[in-house]
Formats: sequence, structure tokens, C-alpha cells
Amino acid sequence: MNYATTENPADWKLPSPRKLGILTLILAESALFTIFVVAYLFYMGKSLNGPYPHEVLEFPLLGTIALFSSSGTIFLAERCLHAGNKPGFSLWWGVTAALGVYFLYFTGAEWYHLIFEKNLTLASNTFGTTFYSLVGLHAFHVIVGVLLLLGILISALRGRLHSDHTEHVEAISYYWHFVDCIWIVVLTVVYILSVRVPQ
Amino acid sequence: MAGVSLFRFYIPGFLKTFTPFATAALLIFTAGTASFAAEPQATPTPEIHRIADIFQPLSRPAELLLEPTHLVLLICLGIFLVVLAVLAYVLIKFRPRGPEDHLEEPPQVYGSYNIEMAWTVIPCLIVFVLVLVSARSIVEIQDRPMPEDALQIRLIGHQWWWEIQYPELGIITANEIHVPVSSKDGKPRPTHIILESADVIHSFWVPQLAGKTDLVPNRVNHTWIEPFKTGVFLGNCAEYCGTQHANMLLRVIVQTPEDFQKWVENQKQLPSEPKDVIAIQGKKDFYDLSCVACHKIDSTPAEGVFGPDLTKFAIRQTLGAGVAANTPENLHAWLFQPDSLKPGCYMPDMKLSPQQLDSLVAYLQTLK
Amino acid sequence: MSQEIIIDENYRMPEPVRVGEETGSLTRVMQQLVFTVDHKKLGLMYIGAGLLFFVIAGLLAGLMRIQLAFPNNHFLPPDVFNQSFTMHGTTMVFLVGMPLAFGFANYLVPLMIGARDMAFPRLNAFGFWVFFFSGLFLYFSYVGAPGLYAAGSAPDVGWFAYSPLTTKAFSRGHSTDYWTLSLLLGGIGSVATALNILVTVFCMRCPGMTLGRLPIFVWCMVVLSFLVILALPCLSACQIMISLDRYLGAKFFDTQAGGDAVLWQHFFWIFGHPEVYILIMPAFAITSEVIPVFSRKPIFGYPIMVAAVVAIAFISLGVWAHHMFCVGMVSLANAFFVTSTLLVSIPTGIKIFNWLATMYGGKLRFELPLIFCIGFLFQFLIAGLTGVMLAVAPFTWQLSDSYFVVAHFHYVLIGGLLFTIFAGIYYWYPKAFGKMPDHKLGLWHFWLFTIGFHVTFLPQHFLGFLGMPRRIYTYQDDRGWDTMNLISTIGVAIQAAGILFFVYNLIYSYIWGKKSGDDPWDAWTLEWATTSPPPEYNFAKLPVVKSRRPLWDAKHPEDPDWKHE
Repeated sequence: MNYATTENPADWKLPSPRKLGILTLILAESALFTIFVVAYLFYMGKSLNGPYPHEVLEFPLLGTIALFSSSGTIFLAERCLHAGNKPGFSLWWGVTAALGVYFLYFTGAEWYHLIFEKNLTLASNTFGTTFYSLVGLHAFHVIVGVLLLLGILISALRGRLHSDHTEHVEAISYYWHFVDCIWIVVLTVVYILSVRVPQ
Repeated sequence: MAGVSLFRFYIPGFLKTFTPFATAALLIFTAGTASFAAEPQATPTPEIHRIADIFQPLSRPAELLLEPTHLVLLICLGIFLVVLAVLAYVLIKFRPRGPEDHLEEPPQVYGSYNIEMAWTVIPCLIVFVLVLVSARSIVEIQDRPMPEDALQIRLIGHQWWWEIQYPELGIITANEIHVPVSSKDGKPRPTHIILESADVIHSFWVPQLAGKTDLVPNRVNHTWIEPFKTGVFLGNCAEYCGTQHANMLLRVIVQTPEDFQKWVENQKQLPSEPKDVIAIQGKKDFYDLSCVACHKIDSTPAEGVFGPDLTKFAIRQTLGAGVAANTPENLHAWLFQPDSLKPGCYMPDMKLSPQQLDSLVAYLQTLK
Repeated sequence: MSQEIIIDENYRMPEPVRVGEETGSLTRVMQQLVFTVDHKKLGLMYIGAGLLFFVIAGLLAGLMRIQLAFPNNHFLPPDVFNQSFTMHGTTMVFLVGMPLAFGFANYLVPLMIGARDMAFPRLNAFGFWVFFFSGLFLYFSYVGAPGLYAAGSAPDVGWFAYSPLTTKAFSRGHSTDYWTLSLLLGGIGSVATALNILVTVFCMRCPGMTLGRLPIFVWCMVVLSFLVILALPCLSACQIMISLDRYLGAKFFDTQAGGDAVLWQHFFWIFGHPEVYILIMPAFAITSEVIPVFSRKPIFGYPIMVAAVVAIAFISLGVWAHHMFCVGMVSLANAFFVTSTLLVSIPTGIKIFNWLATMYGGKLRFELPLIFCIGFLFQFLIAGLTGVMLAVAPFTWQLSDSYFVVAHFHYVLIGGLLFTIFAGIYYWYPKAFGKMPDHKLGLWHFWLFTIGFHVTFLPQHFLGFLGMPRRIYTYQDDRGWDTMNLISTIGVAIQAAGILFFVYNLIYSYIWGKKSGDDPWDAWTLEWATTSPPPEYNFAKLPVVKSRRPLWDAKHPEDPDWKHE
């Protein structure tokens, strides 16, 4: 087949480096999370001593609602940006960041409760070890995500966000959706599955 | 270097299997220096099988695993010779021929579906055969049911020695496993070994008796041996376990059923009381010093479990998990400065006086 | 980011002007090294640093071989020996193998795909420096591990660091922390660089360079980067877990508190086995470039060669537990990992056959790169076959952790990888420096190194058969191991002599070598289309590609490749 002659360099299209970069990073992060999730699953029901998941864990309803709805708000923010609606973008973007901060607050409160009232720490047992490392790793990613969101928010509020920044915004929103997806896994494994496993 | 014999060279048994193919390869290394056999040992009793050649198994599991081994060796040797021949042919046939040769490029060939298909399918078939043979062999060795009356041994790895328990016989010893011999034709007398670890991962490996199985803390593993020949078999810890991994040696002493029974009877008896003055003083020193914190001697206040059980210490062949022969001189050196024989080991230097050393050596010699 | 295409053939980009530069001053050289984001400089820095660490790790190996030359030897005390093999292994894998791969990828991938730089040049510099500092950090443990107030000690837990040897109870002081944190740091750098390579290949190709026309070298680097992206985070997870265990009292691998020692092995080898294929990828990459050029034929069966690399990478994600045949897995698991491991041999075999078929019917030119690649083929054949033997679990019950395994993976990594690294260095030396490497010195290097290599490692197969375990610092004189150990040690000296010739050749040719011209080997990939050494912007005019061998098309307009693909 002689397709070479029909090619015109001007038609040469390649994917955007920034988007592919963030997707690759997400792939790497998924591998990292996989190990911690597997560790959690492996030690599920194997703690030698309490506290056990079903004794101390409560379903994190408010935090989950906040995090999941932030995926919606970031989507709305992006739509505003594509439509050229800058105030709308700042509003929804800010709401997303606020929801992220609320999630972190919620996690912090949960940890405070677990550590000081239920005496569950990283060193208590294998449940404590795998719980804090997995949830903590996720929370760390939320922190990074919130910082990125705030960075964009500040430049948007100062009027420095232009149409050629859409790729930055898109990359961060990919990352934020990824953090959300990880929460689905963490939620399922930690708060739904492990509290039902007999010790 | 004293004791080094440049002229001692041993041919692994597999080469005998594949002579004459592979001996040629080995000749490169042996030319001029080989004496083509293990140096004849003075025949001690019991015979010590020093050369732990995996191709000369003297036990059933080690023999069973040779079956897939020989197959894979033959297949690999065949592939090696064929590919090597092709490589040699290509290099000779298409070598450069004079300076003008390069003026013209050779015919450009981009690939061939049929040929590539052929060298995909043939390896697939070989892999298929190897998978089946290995799987069968794995099940045959690993999942072999042990007869009810099989001798049971609990082998517990410590940094850097082996604790050996005979739960049914109530015997605890160290570093030297005694088992009765089995016979190829008669009723099999396998020994079932339960593997555990007190600290880090170790690995049981006595090449002529069985392949490796790890001793993993917080986990119970199993292996079995069924030796066909009496004698002493040598093995090493085969998983890196810290500073003295190299000197964590294991001896398996295979005895006739009668000898084994004698050994068992002896182990069950308490050690005789020391009679001469120095040894009596040694016994006193043993309890006055902190030896008892780590070592155990049956029916005495010595109840330590951190170090090896010394109840029948004097009949063991080696010291410090095989680091030296169990002679009074070596024992003296060992007690004086354990670090000098086995640097980094956990037995402390007790700063013993010469008198204490002499008396302790004398006492330990009585533990028969 | 769309590529700007400069139409005018004679246009050359102006040299960028920087303030405060005096040519030739040390400050300027340092500045260039530290501030550069040029993929070619970073590539050479990667290779240079890799060779530096190679020499260090080689010296450690030499010390160990001297200790093992005689039974009951007292040359090295046990702790120093254990530190040596830990540092040797860690260095060779993380500070030699991967940086060399990244160095070649950095230098060549943009040139081969007709790009002006990597997709993220600053991330590239970041990746290099993070790697370099992780290496320095690891070696700092010799000075600082128990704290600067006392004599230091390097980590001694082995490069595999099997728990619970790494817990506080069995590894006091901070030596293990140096190992852990260094690998955590290095992992970040590796992922950054791998990400960069992937994005570069997918987003920076010149017009016409479709995925089906990428040189196989680039394909191998894509696969390598994918494996790094998938495997290295697993290692990072392991290191995070060890750190949590050691610093915060977590129980991941604390066997006294219900932790599982075997879980560490699973996690480590889920990283560790893909890592082995990460290390061998450059060998596949370089051989697939060198053999066609010096046989004067295109690579035989390009699609199946690419498919084989992808298949190897894919299968390699499912073979990790063949390192664990002895830990007491159930027989079904053992059989599964026997199967998956044997499957790897099929695509690997295809690659060897296709390389042979590429040479078949060609006109061989025995230049240094081809000579080293032939050495590679021979040794990799042996390594592959011993690998097949090790896949058969019952055999491995005997061979695992014996010297046979040591011999096997040194045939893979020295006989395989390192030979092709030498081939690659000789092949692209004219491109990087504009000078030809000296043929005669190269032959000395080849023969000394090859002979030394076989003398060192061939006897180790037999030591394994005779029951000699790995990682022992001494052995008794009555086990039949002494002669072969001595031979093995002598081989190291021969290898070292070969390496001296290699280093001398690099320096000699740089100063006195013949000028090479832009395309001394009459090759076909795009890196030979620019000057030697290439300008900072690589191509004044971005090329347009119509086939897998763009320079063949240019040199043979009467019979271009795209008519046949």
C-alpha cells in the first residue's frame, strides 16, 4: 500500500503532551495505590488484637458526598471555561476546592476520633497500619489536589487565566477525577468490605 | 593459603550424564589442573558426603526432582547446539569477502510469515511439554502424603543456628539432624520436617537429600527427606539471614535404624554427672556465670532458650552451627572469644579467666 | 503543542546567547552541566554517571571475589562482605542498569523520532539530578549511617531486603534507612524520566513517523518506560511501608505482630521481575539497531519483533513469584508461575531467531558494535536457556539462591545487557563526539572482557550444582568449591583489564580518534541525518518520514522502503 505520498506534514496531528503526561502519572499512581489496597485486603480479618474495623469505623457519609460532588463541580467549572464564562469558572472551581478542604477536615476529624477515643493508631495492629497508610495516602493526594486547585483559583481570581491554560486546567481536573475514583475503591474496601469481615 | 588445593576439582554428576557433550566445555577449566575425582577421603565412620552434588541424589525427593531436571537440561542443550550451529553458519557464510563486497547492498528481506510462524509454534510445543512435566513433578514431590509412622522433626531457624525438635520423642538438639535410613525397595521410612523460624527467613537445603524450602517466621512450612544411604550430609542455610549467614551449616546424620534407636535412647537419658574436680568446678561456673540465661541443660536450672540446647552437647560433631569441629581446643577458643571463630554471632564474650575456661570446657565435655 | 516546521533548508538556528559566559572556563563547564536541559547532554550525563557507578560496583565485586578466592579467607569481615553485595546489587540495578537505559533513551529517542528535545526538558533534568543524588545518598551511608559521630556502615540487607531482616529488631542503626530513602528518591526520578520518554514518543514525532515506523530501539524504550511506570511505584510503596515500619512502628512486615514476611516478597518481586525486563530492554533495543545496519539488511519481521517486546513486557508482569518457589506456596501457585515463566521464553526465542534471520543473507561488517552484539547473542542464548532451567520449579528447589542463579543473571546482565551497552557506546560514539572509536583497542576490550566474563561466571553454574549458596562470605575447604572459586576470581582480573582498555579507548578516541563524519556506518535511522555531534536543536529542518528506514529511502531513491512496507 502506497500511503506515503498522500501524507502532508501539515495534517500531522499528535496528542497533547500535558494530557498524556498527566494520564501517565495517573497510571503510576494507580500502581502505587494498588499495592496499598492489596496490603489492606491481605491483612483484612488478620489483626491479632483490636480495635477491629467493625468496632471503630463509621461510614464517612458527609466526606464521601463532598468528594463525589466535587467531581461534578469541577466538570461545571471546566464547561464554564470552555464557554468563556470566567466568573462562573472561578465560582465552581472555588466550590471544588472548598469541597476538597471539607473532605480533608472530615478525614482529620475521623482520625482524631479514632486515635484519641478509639485508641487505633498506625502501630496498634495490622488493621491500623493498613488503614492509616491507605486512607492517609489518599488524603495526601487530596491535599496535593487542593493545592493545585488553589493555585489555579488564585491565578483565575487575579485575572491571569487565559484560554491557552485550558490544558493545565484539564490536566488538574483529570487528576481530581482520579483522586475521586481512588476514593470509590478505598470506600468499598475499607468502609464497606472490611467492616463486614469477621475477625 | 594453607589447605588450599589447586588440584582438587570435582565434576558435577550431571556432566557424567551428558558426556561427552559437556565434558569438553569443562575441560577448558580443568586443563592441567583436574584430577577428575574428589580427593579420596580417609574413610571415617560415619562417611561424610562432602561434595553436595545435586546430580548425585541419595534421597527420594532429590531423586524425584531430577526427572524434570534431566528433561529440561536435554532440551536446553539441544536448543543451544542448534542455535549455536545456526549462529556459526551465519557468521561464516555471510562474513565480509574483500573490500569491494560492500559496494552493493544484499537483497533486502523484510520478513517471512511462514518462517516466523514456525519458530513461534515449535517453542510453544516445547513449553507445553515442560509445563506438564514440571507440574506433575511439583505435585508428586510437594504434595506427597506422609505415612502415619513417618518420623517428625521440627526444624526452627535462628540467627545463626538450627534448633531441632523431635516432638514425638521429646528430644531437643541443635545443628545436627539424626534420621534413620530408608531403602529404595523396602518399606519407605521418610522423615517429615516441619520448618519454622524464630527470627528472620532461613532456608533448609541439603542438596543430596532434598531441594530447598524456606523457614519463614510466622508461618509453617513442610518438607521431607528419605535418604537411601547412611552417612553425614552437609547443607547450608540458603536464604540470606544476616551477618553469619555463611556459617549457618546443617548436618544430617543418616543412621541405620539400630544406630538411630541407640542415639534416641541416649538423647532421652540425662547427661552423666561430672566426676573429676575441674569438671565439677565447671558445672558450678556454668550456673554462676550467665550461660544459663541462653542455654538449656535438662534437669538442671539452666532453662535458657535463646541459644542451642546443650543437654547432649558433647556428642555433637561441630561447634557454632558447623563453624568448627567439636574438639576441646576449638571449644576453648569458642568460649574464650566466640567472635574470633564466628564474627558477629550473638554468643557474647564472657571475659572468662583461664581457669574458668578450662573448667567449662571440662564440664561441657561431660555432656554426653 | 504543534511543531513548527522550518521550510528553508539552509536556515540554522542561532546559537542562544547567555550572559556571563567565558568559553572553556571551569565555571562554564559546570554551569553547562548543572543548568542544561538539553536531552543530549543529559543523556551523556546519565551514561557517564552510570559508568562511574559501574566502576564502583565493579570494585566492590572485585573485593568480594578476592574474599571468595580461597576457603576460610579473612580478606573481608562478614559485615563488610554483606554490605558489599548489598551495595553491589543495589548499585548495579538502580544506579547502573536503569541510568544507562535512560541515558541511551534520552540521547537517542528525540533524534530517532525527529524531535528537537524531550517533551518536558526541565523534568528531564530533574529526573537526572534526582537519580544522581539518590546514588550519592546511598553511598553516603558509608560515612554517615549510624550518624556522623561514629564510623559509618552501609546497608547489609541485600538488594532484595527480605523482611523481617529490615525491621528495627534485626537491622539497628540507620543503614537500612539509607537504602530505603535512596530507592524512594531514585524511584521518583525514574518515573519522571520514564513518563518523559513516553510522552516524547507519543507527542513529539516528526511528520510521517507513525507508530508502525518507529525504530525498534524506540519501541523498546516505550515498553521500558511503561514497565517503569507500572513497576517502580510498587517499589516506592514497599519503601514507604518499610519506612512506616521503622519510624512509626507500623506492622506491615513485623512478624511478631502478625505481619507477613512473604507479603514483602510478593510486593518486592511484583516490582522486581518487571525490573529485570526493564534492565534487559536496552539490550533488545541496541541489538535491533546494530544488527541490521552491520548486516546491511532491514530487521527481519519488524511487526513480530515489536509484538515480542510488548508480549515480554506483558507476561513479565505475571511471573514474579518464580523468585519464590521455595517459600512454601501451594503446588497450584508453583505450577502457575512455572507456566507463566516458561511463556516468556517464547517471545524471547522469537527475538533471537529474528536477529539471526536478519544476519542471514546479509553482508556482515565486523565492526565493534556488531562484534559486541554477537557476543551478546551467544551469552544471551546461554542466559535464556539457564532461565528456562530455572523456570522449572523442581530444578529451582535445588538451584534457587545458589551460585547457579548468580551465574544466570550475570549472563543476562553482563553477558547480555553490558555487552550491548558497549556495542551501543561504540555505535553512537561517532554521533556523540564526531570521532571514530579505535578498532584495535576495541578488539582488545572485547576479547579480554569476553574471556574474563566466561572465566568468571561459567564455573559459577557448576558451583551451584555442587550446593554452594549465594551471599556467603566464606566456605569450608572440603566442599569441592575452592578451585572453581579461584578460577572465577582470576576471571575478574581479566575483565578488569578489558574495562581498562574500554576506558582508555573512550579517552584516546576522543582526543586522537579519526573524524567520523555525520554518518560513518552508512546507517538508516534519523539520528544519522544530522551532524555529529548534533546541534542543540538536533534538526535545522524537521524531517518528514515515509518508512522505517528514512535514510535508506534517501540513499536508494530507486528502491525506497515504503514500497515494501
